[in-house]
Amino acid sequence: MGRFHYHADGTGHSHDQDHDQDHEHEHEHDHHHEGSVGDHSGYTTGGLRVDVLEKILGENDRTAEANRSDFADAHVHVVNMMSSPGAGKTTLLREVLLRIGATLRVGIVEGDIETSIDADRLAGLGAPVSLINTANGFGGECHLDATMVRSALPRLPLADLDLLVIENVGNLVCPAEFDVGEDARAMVFSITEGEEKPLKYPVMFRSADLVIVNKIDLLPYLDFDLPAFYSNLRDVNPHVRTIETSAKTGTGVDDVCTWLRSLADHE
Amino acid sequence: MRAVHELSICTSLARIVEAHADGRTVDVVHLDVGHLRQVIPDTLRYSWEIVVLDTPLAGSVLDINHIPAVLHCRICGARTAIEVPVFRCGCGSTAVDVVGGEELLVTSLDLAGPRTAAPPRP
Repeated sequence: MGRFHYHADGTGHSHDQDHDQDHEHEHEHDHHHEGSVGDHSGYTTGGLRVDVLEKILGENDRTAEANRSDFADAHVHVVNMMSSPGAGKTTLLREVLLRIGATLRVGIVEGDIETSIDADRLAGLGAPVSLINTANGFGGECHLDATMVRSALPRLPLADLDLLVIENVGNLVCPAEFDVGEDARAMVFSITEGEEKPLKYPVMFRSADLVIVNKIDLLPYLDFDLPAFYSNLRDVNPHVRTIETSAKTGTGVDDVCTWLRSLADHE
Repeated sequence: MRAVHELSICTSLARIVEAHADGRTVDVVHLDVGHLRQVIPDTLRYSWEIVVLDTPLAGSVLDINHIPAVLHCRICGARTAIEVPVFRCGCGSTAVDVVGGEELLVTSLDLAGPRTAAPPRP
C-alpha cells in the first residue's frame, strides 16, 4: 500500500512494498521520467510496446485550467474547502456568510454524495448556492473534480461574485488529488479528529494554504494534544497559515473572514 | 471513509489507453504511480477490472511501478527518499522540493501479438 502509517506509540513506517511488487525488481528512482520509458515489468507478451507518457489526470487538469480562466475572466476568486465528514465546514461557512455576506458577494458550490441538506443549511443567507450531488455512476464519487465543478458554474452569476467557495465532499484523501481551478485551498480540521491526522493524510494537509482548527471550544473536554498537532502539521506543511475557530462560539470566525477577504481583494 | 478515487483514475486511464491503442488489443498497461498519490495498488487493479469490463480493454492488466517520495533540499542540495511524511531535509531545512513521488502517468502499453481471431466479446 502506498501509504504512510503511524502507530499510536508515535512510530511510523510505510508498507509501500507489500502489495505492488509482484514483479521482480525495483528501480533506483533518482532519474527523471520524461523520456525514460524502461521496461518496468516482468511481463513479456511478444507484442508491440507503445510509449505513451501521459498524465492520467491530464484531462482533469485541463478542465481545471479552463475553470481557472473563466474565474479570472469573471474576476472571482475561488477557494476549495476540504475536510473530513463532520469537521464543521457547513456550520463554519454559515457563520462566515452571516458576517461577510453584506460586504462581499459570495457564491457557493456545494458538493455532497447525496441530499441537499448542506445546501439547504446555506440557503437564505444571500449567497447563491449551486449543488452537485456526486451519486451518479458508480455509487457516488468521493470528491469533486474539475468537470463536476464546471457543470455547476452555469447556475451561478459568476460575474457578479467576488468570491466562490467550493465546499468539497467530506473526505481526507480523494479531494486533494483533484485540481478544480481554485486559487487557494482551505482545510477545516476539527480537534475531535485527533492530533495524528496530518501524518495520516499528509497529501491533503500539505496541499492546504490555510488550516482551520475548528471546534476549539471543545479543547478542555478532550485529550487532544494541540502542540503535538501543530508539530505534526509543521512536519507535513512547514509554513501553512492556521486559524483556531469555533463555529459554535464564534471564536476565530472573523479571522477566517479576513483571510477570505484578502483572497478576494488579491488581484 | 469512501476512498475510491482509484475508480476515477481508472476511468480517465481507460480513455487514454483506448486512444493510444487505436482499436488494437492491449495486454498490459504500464503505469508510474508516485508514493504521494495515495493510490492503493490492489484497489487500482480491482477498479480497472470494473471499468474495463465489457469493453475492448477487458482482460488487460495494470503493471504499477511504484515511485518513492524524494525530496531535494534547496539549502544543502541533498536528495532524500522519505518513508514518513516529514517534509524536511536531514540538514534541518524545510526549503525542500518534492522531486519524486507525485507521478501518476501512463508510461507505455503492451499490445497483443498477432492473433488469428479477435478475442471473444461478451
